[in-house]
Amino acid sequence: MSQAVIVPLLLPLLAAIVLLLTRRRLSLALRRKLNLGAVALELAAVLWLFVQVAGEGILVYQVGNWPAPYGIALVADRLSVWMLLITALLACFALLYAVQGTDSGSRHFHPLFQLQLFGLNGAFLTGDLFNLFVFFEVLLLASYGLLLHGGGRARVRAGLHLVILNLLGSTLFLFAVGTLYAILGTLNMADLAVKVAATAPSDVGLVRAAGLLLFTVFALKAALVPLYLWLPAAYAGTSAPVAALFAIMTKVGAYAILRVETLIFGADAGPLAHLLEPFLLPLALLTIVVAGLGVLSADGLRRQAAYLVVLSIGTLLTAFALGTSRGIAAGLYYLPHSTFAAAALFLLADVIARGRGALGDRLNPGPAVPAAPLVGGLFFLLAVTIAGLPPLSGFLGKWMLLQAALDLPAMPWVLALVLSVGLLTIVALARSGSLLFYRPTGGLRGWASAATVSDLAPAVAGEEGARQGGAGDRCVVGGREEHAGPDWSRLAPVMGLAALCLALVAAAGPVTDFTAATAEGLLQPQRYIQAVLVGAAET
Amino acid sequence: MEALFAGIIASLTGCGVYLALRAYTFPVVLGLTLLSYGVNLFLFATGRLTVGQPAVISDTAAGYADPLPQALVLTAIVIAFGMTAFVIMLALKAKAELGNDHVDGRPPDNPRDEWEQDRADGWANDREDEA
Repeated sequence: MSQAVIVPLLLPLLAAIVLLLTRRRLSLALRRKLNLGAVALELAAVLWLFVQVAGEGILVYQVGNWPAPYGIALVADRLSVWMLLITALLACFALLYAVQGTDSGSRHFHPLFQLQLFGLNGAFLTGDLFNLFVFFEVLLLASYGLLLHGGGRARVRAGLHLVILNLLGSTLFLFAVGTLYAILGTLNMADLAVKVAATAPSDVGLVRAAGLLLFTVFALKAALVPLYLWLPAAYAGTSAPVAALFAIMTKVGAYAILRVETLIFGADAGPLAHLLEPFLLPLALLTIVVAGLGVLSADGLRRQAAYLVVLSIGTLLTAFALGTSRGIAAGLYYLPHSTFAAAALFLLADVIARGRGALGDRLNPGPAVPAAPLVGGLFFLLAVTIAGLPPLSGFLGKWMLLQAALDLPAMPWVLALVLSVGLLTIVALARSGSLLFYRPTGGLRGWASAATVSDLAPAVAGEEGARQGGAGDRCVVGGREEHAGPDWSRLAPVMGLAALCLALVAAAGPVTDFTAATAEGLLQPQRYIQAVLVGAAET
Repeated sequence: MEALFAGIIASLTGCGVYLALRAYTFPVVLGLTLLSYGVNLFLFATGRLTVGQPAVISDTAAGYADPLPQALVLTAIVIAFGMTAFVIMLALKAKAELGNDHVDGRPPDNPRDEWEQDRADGWANDREDEA
């Protein structure tokens, strides 16, 4: 059943083509349903692949039946399907939020959304370094479109930085890929792993340079210090569902670092073994510190959430940098938690910003948010999860990470920085929460305050009206529905993502078993290499 | 030939890096273009430089040209072309929206607080575009 591997690629590509071709013919409501159906179908396909890979082990699909290393191999191992599953779940909730109105600005939102998924799934599944570059470009080009969706100065400014930096990154990627090909004569990752171990002594320096160039590119995608500067403005400026979907984008960089470090430059790579190790841990710890300061200094909730994404990357790469199977397993548990929690926070920040009128997500005392007890309760739940307080998933992830670090020489640094930045996060989130929910000015509550806000800021109310008009129909400002109660349709995706975090706690046993097995598999790349190269020879 | 080829790649890349570090979008776009030329030539050379060698099996051939880098270069050219087109459009959009072509969206002699400016336009962004 190795054909199953290509299904998560074909589905979003087909859906994107259909949505692109029907962008003028079908109504927005119908295209929303199409896209939601496609995402649900992708989730089902990924779940099917997940069950197969968890049961049977690594599945390899040789595209066009060209045997590796000559053709392009798509490889679904446990790490790949884990990433695919996280992406598919995240995409469901991000899209559920997007169909509440974000997607009405441009006809291309839905095709771009599916192309983004195509690029993400491809990057996770491909077993070929050049193909990884191609899928990076696919997902980046889609992400540029999504980032700019809706327009506005902040998005254009952040988008320009993102695009230029990523184009430079692509150039570096090509230089690295070219160098590796020139010396080792292959780009298949499994074949590279074999050939790197047998590098001639005179070429070791060149391969090392290429490997470090690759690491630089992946660090740029992952937003590792000092290459993180594009992230806060881009994530804080874009629309909420896009920012939520982007929570997985930085994880692509982390995935690529983990894959390259364990497979190509793993323990068996001879003189090039553990190539990234001396750089990864210090940079990851530095990222934690810088992101912690960013979280503390942010003056808007969305910017704070963006720095929390950087912080989660730092924590994640710290776990991967430990290099032990327990460290990697802890990271793989922390990865879905941080993705879902960050995405939920972006969505919730948007709900809060809508409720506060002209103040938006700015961390100043303002009118009370509509349905404050519910929204505040969700914020509290997410803050506790993200800050890593017991008993939620952030705590479990960090606890496993710290436990994995205990018997390593880097233990004091990891413990000190992770814990102290955790404290900074608690302080920052507590401050945000109390500013937003405990100190409403004006003494108005409920829908009365919402009405006041709409008087103060008719522009915002107009936007709300335009959004509630559904399929692109504009409502006049006065015709806006007053909703005193909670905005259920927008809060449902937030609750769904929060529920996924809770599910990670409830199912912590099976999940940690799975991540531990994944980490073990990653540290024994022979199985992966054999599945790609030997399994290929048999077919 | 190797020295000439390496010199060309080096000068393209060097100019590209220099231009990409400029402060205005037009030189930056030019720099990105030069960089992509440089890297395409580099990719092309990774199959070793050969003259007059066939890429397809032939009885009389003394050696072969490596066809894979040529395929890689084709892909890279297409991607670089698309990306360049995109970044030019984005630079034009930035010029139109922000009123200047500085990469930070504000000229250096007018150091308005970027964050404040973003906040000022910030919240009604979606609406502007939809209108």
